Amino acid sequence: MYENICEMLGIEYPIIQGAMAWIATPELVAAVSNAGGLGVLATGHLNGEGCREAIHKLKEMTDRPYAVNIMLLSAYAEEIAKVLYEEKVPVITTGAGSTITHLKAFQEMGAKVIPVIPSVAIAKRFEKDGVNAVIAEGMESGGHVGKTTTMALVPQVVDAVNIPVVAAGGIADGRGMAAATMLGASGFQLGTRFLVAKECTVHPNFKQRILKAKDIDTTITGLSTGHPVRVIRNKMARAYEALERQNAPAEKLEELGTGALRKAVHDGDMENGSVMSGQIAGLVTKEQTAKEIIEELYSEYTNIMKNAIKVMR
Amino acid sequence: MEVLERIKEIIAEQTGKDIAEITPETSVMEDLEADSLDLFQIINDIEDEFDVKIENTDEIKTVADVVKIVEENQQ
Repeated sequence: MYENICEMLGIEYPIIQGAMAWIATPELVAAVSNAGGLGVLATGHLNGEGCREAIHKLKEMTDRPYAVNIMLLSAYAEEIAKVLYEEKVPVITTGAGSTITHLKAFQEMGAKVIPVIPSVAIAKRFEKDGVNAVIAEGMESGGHVGKTTTMALVPQVVDAVNIPVVAAGGIADGRGMAAATMLGASGFQLGTRFLVAKECTVHPNFKQRILKAKDIDTTITGLSTGHPVRVIRNKMARAYEALERQNAPAEKLEELGTGALRKAVHDGDMENGSVMSGQIAGLVTKEQTAKEIIEELYSEYTNIMKNAIKVMR
Repeated sequence: MEVLERIKEIIAEQTGKDIAEITPETSVMEDLEADSLDLFQIINDIEDEFDVKIENTDEIKTVADVVKIVEENQQ
């Protein structure tokens, strides 16, 4: 059940930074990898050449292992896959899709391939295909989400597959990591906590919004479209919810959603932008460097694990 | 049991629909309001049931598509 994910990925801490489109740029990814975690470059907002430029920039900033996330449903998935192969990316995570067309080619090139999965059936499917591990992501996460919580999903996936399982969704401190360990996870992926890292280039308004967020501040929009997304419940999210309640046509919803993430990340528009965030944002209260975040996480985690026996009831 | 009948049962169970509502022409995601999680649960159950591997899941639209893939895989 428990596997040494650090050894598999060549990293120091079993901590992976979640891919966040527009947000997980080379600056953040390099900072996480340099601190001993696994930085993951997001490509959901890039085409093939944009992805290549980002990888080149990243390689100038770190010589440690890193990952690139490929959104399998992206219109540019094919050209991005080609770039990942040519650039010999050491770890590839995947999202939004169930078939990794070039899985064998990636692995022959030397990459470890780790899909993000929302259910047991999809985890089993990828295991049969031969992926190296899976990231079981609960619906506490920000951005695109499934329907099952981390608490329920992780142990069920752990029981269903014989490859390492990384837990994601609702983890922002050492307690979350310890809890995920108890559920059988071999590693941890965190997004929201890294969004506020000093090195993260997201607009300062976005960071401030996360830092002041409370436990009840997020909502899921887009359930009616089949592509649910967790965001901070702002003016835009409320308008989207109203349209969904009125059964507005898909085009209307798309119109409201188009460019909304960029508006939040780039322009800092916290009212009309799509402010993607996990439910755990309420726990994220300070801006630190990626190194400070990782060292604090790991120190909290090891303390809890060492003392766990004392609190057993 | 005929492949179609067993597949209809599996789909009905996952989507909560009556078997009578499901025909070869039924679109799994549109007519039965299944989401992608349901679809992959159905594919997983069918793979286990018939001991086949279903590739190209993007091509699956109707119940008949599923039956065709299973029958081809079984040969």
